[in-house]
Amino acid sequence: MGKTKVAIIGPGNIGTDLMIKIIRLSEYLEMSVMVGIDPASVGLARAKRLGYATTHEGIEGLIKMAEWQDIKIIFDATSAKAHHFNWGHIEQYSDKKIIDLTPAAIGPFLVPPVNYNQIQTERNVNMVTCGGQATIPIVAAVSRVAKVHYGEIIASISSKSAGPGTRANIDEFTETTAQAVEQVGGATKGKAIIILNPAEPPLVMRDTVFTLSEQADRTAIEQSIHKMVSEVQKYVPGYELHQEVQFDNIPEEEAVFIEGLGFCHGLKTTVLLKVKGAGHYLPEYAGNLDIMTSAARATAERMVTNQV
Amino acid sequence: MNNIYLQDVTLRDGMHAIKHQYSKEQIKTIAIALDKAGVDAIEISHGDGLAGGSFNYGFGAHTDWDWLEGIAEVLEHAKLTTLLIPGIATIDDLKKARELGVASVRVATHCTEADIAPQHIEMSKKLGMDVGGFLMMAHMSEPKQLAQQAKIMESAGADCVYVTDSAGALLMDGVVDRIKAFRDVLADDTEVGIHCHHNLSLGVANTIVAMQHGANRLDASLAGMGAGAGNCPLEVLVAVLNKMDVKHNADLFQLMDAADDLIRPIQTRPVRVDRETLSLGYAGVYSSFLLHAERAAKKYGLDTRAILNELGRRNMVGGQEDMIVDVALDMVKAK
Repeated sequence: MGKTKVAIIGPGNIGTDLMIKIIRLSEYLEMSVMVGIDPASVGLARAKRLGYATTHEGIEGLIKMAEWQDIKIIFDATSAKAHHFNWGHIEQYSDKKIIDLTPAAIGPFLVPPVNYNQIQTERNVNMVTCGGQATIPIVAAVSRVAKVHYGEIIASISSKSAGPGTRANIDEFTETTAQAVEQVGGATKGKAIIILNPAEPPLVMRDTVFTLSEQADRTAIEQSIHKMVSEVQKYVPGYELHQEVQFDNIPEEEAVFIEGLGFCHGLKTTVLLKVKGAGHYLPEYAGNLDIMTSAARATAERMVTNQV
Repeated sequence: MNNIYLQDVTLRDGMHAIKHQYSKEQIKTIAIALDKAGVDAIEISHGDGLAGGSFNYGFGAHTDWDWLEGIAEVLEHAKLTTLLIPGIATIDDLKKARELGVASVRVATHCTEADIAPQHIEMSKKLGMDVGGFLMMAHMSEPKQLAQQAKIMESAGADCVYVTDSAGALLMDGVVDRIKAFRDVLADDTEVGIHCHHNLSLGVANTIVAMQHGANRLDASLAGMGAGAGNCPLEVLVAVLNKMDVKHNADLFQLMDAADDLIRPIQTRPVRVDRETLSLGYAGVYSSFLLHAERAAKKYGLDTRAILNELGRRNMVGGQEDMIVDVALDMVKAK
């Protein structure tokens, strides 16, 4: 079986890192076209230099190219608004799938080790957020053992790795991630917090997951989390549990008041993660960007190989 | 110079001192006392702002909406204020607060990250609110850089920008330099505010020197009720302003009574300068870390001061309470 050809829309940091991952690592995907809208784009120039076709006429330019026919997967690393426009053009081509790295979320959320098998028939899937990719597998791992009433995630990223798009739309992060903690992670109620830390040298991405679940076997939860971490490590080698899983009992008489749920008690599980990037195009501290591009690549490869 | 504007934070920053456990009745009683005593604005929300209730920061006794409900209606003079930290709360939360009668909001970011605030500042203006930009952990940024961040908030529409010494780590010169830098770059009609913590016992002194160099919005709380060693104590500040013949709208004796009769009895951990809270100012650590670090120290058998120092060494910023347990576990491993 030959490699499947892919296009990337959006030649920024994310698009470029994704391109490099596909070129260097993928047994199943072949980089075909890099798509931008600015003829002076540095990212387009880089793709051209590496020998790949480019267009600066956006999705409309791509569709006019000879390469278009063979392209089966399109990664969209633009913006929510641009994604709506792009999908409007791509939807009619039923042989093509799109992996959406923007906050548009037209299609269902996809977190590779958690719900790929459930939605492999979808033609448009959304990669949630960087914090979501890092933490939702853990919420889901707890959900596999016990009913999770509440899942809370805190993503701390270095200021240098937060681009202007993220900064101008920070609510999209908190809202989208919280929704996906519920829909994919299985928590009744989800909450997400993002912190930017400007320290120099930049700090590696950290993510913390708190769940409040019904009481359950702590060893079973721990094993489920360890198993999930090794699943994620398959496509993000720098993903690790930074500390042992911590448990606290929240007895009924010390129930906590959670907005939207009321008083809750049970088992609190704390998972402290560290996400070091592979250092392909983006530096190692930018684990937040690496986990997005890695999850997108893993998703595309599973679409191609149909491995579940 | 703009008129002195006393912004009370007893019912917001003060939340940290009692793990966000004010009852609705306490909020109402204290808000009415502050209003009668003539403060210009009263801030109410979870200590970490709207939607701060969480494992990371502590769940409140009530939601922000329950605390805020019915307060705007009982205030005769004071502006009802709240706090919003982008990354924790969203524009939806802001709108909800507005519907409950909140007239003024402070939008808070770490001192180098002002560009995550414009969408919230712009929306606040659209909703007809008074808006302050709140540059937290101001000691971590040099005056000129901090003033550039203040400019970003001003450009987005902030009516006032604050030097927010969240760690209570600034000395008087450091406050003066930052206020002067703000005044150098901000428009004359943009107000400047000061928010202090008392960790180095400089809460009042820092507030006064800020005022003397152009700050007119002064944050303070009854009996200093706030994170760490607390904020600038409001009744003390007012006494000093009286002795300086500075015009303001507050009544000293009523504030003294409220501080001693309403606030001190509900302080569980004393709000004072002691070895732990002094360490916050000394190490330049976010004052809200205090109770979380004390809890971690107890759980893992460590010295609170050592945890705080390590958090400072690692350049942790406001909101990274999850890293307190992380640091404690690293210290246990290293033992």
